[in-house]
Amino acid sequence: MIALALPAAANEGGFVPPTLEDMHLPEILPWMAPYGEGFGKQMLLVLLSVVLISWFFIVAARRRQLVPGKLQYLGEMSYNFVRNSVGKDIIGERDFKPFVPLLFALFFFILVNNLFGSIPLIQMPTTSHVGTAYALAGIVYVTWIVLGIKKHGIGYFKLAVVPSGVPKAILPLVVIIEIISTFLVRPVTHSLRLFATMLAGHLIIMLAAAGTQFLLVDADFWLKPLGILTLAGGVGMYFFEILIQVLQAYVFVLLTAIYIQGSLAEEH
Amino acid sequence: MNQAMILAAAEGANPLIPNPWEILVTLIGFAILMYIVAKFVVPAFEKTFEERTEAIEGGIAKAEAAQAEASAALDEYKQQLTDARAEANRIREDARAEGAQILAELKEKAQAEAARISEQAQVQIDAERQAAVTSLRSEVGSLATELAGKIVGEALNDDARSARVVDRFLADLESQSAGAAK
Repeated sequence: MIALALPAAANEGGFVPPTLEDMHLPEILPWMAPYGEGFGKQMLLVLLSVVLISWFFIVAARRRQLVPGKLQYLGEMSYNFVRNSVGKDIIGERDFKPFVPLLFALFFFILVNNLFGSIPLIQMPTTSHVGTAYALAGIVYVTWIVLGIKKHGIGYFKLAVVPSGVPKAILPLVVIIEIISTFLVRPVTHSLRLFATMLAGHLIIMLAAAGTQFLLVDADFWLKPLGILTLAGGVGMYFFEILIQVLQAYVFVLLTAIYIQGSLAEEH
Repeated sequence: MNQAMILAAAEGANPLIPNPWEILVTLIGFAILMYIVAKFVVPAFEKTFEERTEAIEGGIAKAEAAQAEASAALDEYKQQLTDARAEANRIREDARAEGAQILAELKEKAQAEAARISEQAQVQIDAERQAAVTSLRSEVGSLATELAGKIVGEALNDDARSARVVDRFLADLESQSAGAAK
């Protein structure tokens, strides 16, 4: 934190790298209030993503043509991707149907909120704010625990932390590790994986952009060609970020499906 | 002062401490999305898939039924064709047999008619011949006698003699004609 904050106090005229603070814009309501004291861009984008996803899929699903048009086909393809490649393949043919809405909503919610980071003018991955990541991972955390208790009763916790076929001698140790890894570490990694990749990716692009601007505009003449390099690197990172944004949405949903499958499974 | 600002910035920027409002907005937003997806999007897609599956399966069943029907109709037509051919053959055979029969009957009739006609002709000929013979016998005798009387004159008035001569003559004549008839 200190290292990130220090340059803010550096000499004027030198390069000022963007800090984490730059990701926390002033609020919209009340206008220009300090971050954390009102309704901000991040929340607006969350609600915008809900509107966009709902609108697109309602329109795509509404026609219900036997032979789909382009829009309907795109919607069906997206829906089928989550339904079959994630839901059916991981949770299993027998049980996957009730979880399709959750997986589908999660995937497209995260995907759109991630991609906000790569859309010009919006340019902020909503999921790079940890609150959103916590909320989503929390929903999944509650879901699979409730599901496990519903399916196996209170004995689910024993099922979850006591693996079969472990020698008696090391069983206590294994149980402690299982408790920590399943009930404590799992939701943390689930949320932080998403949040950290989005934050880091966004920060790199911000850094590349700030560096390019500094090198091309403010730096000495002989340093200016270096600005081309940072620009090229920034563009490369931009496309890499799009890949990461899609991939992270997929990983989040994939893990959700795996957790749900684990709760439904008969054995640990 | 400067130091305090840096510390405040560092504290505010701790990325792991969430903004509770963001959590709340995310939860509400996601709940709305979840409701819309579960209520409208997923059922619509599932229904479309179901309908599509049904339509495809129904189409296949319909095509199979149509094919079965068509092959049944084809069999029927083939059967009918075979029947018709057999029928035609039978009719042709019948006609031929009938024709032959008619021909035979006609032949027989014609033969009978011919036999009848020739028999009748024979009878008529015999009758006429008989009549001719009878009339000739009476006429020729008198004519010849008259002629001979004229030629010989009175010499032949002796009845006995003349009768003998006529008889002999006639006998000769008869034997001659019998020989000619034979």
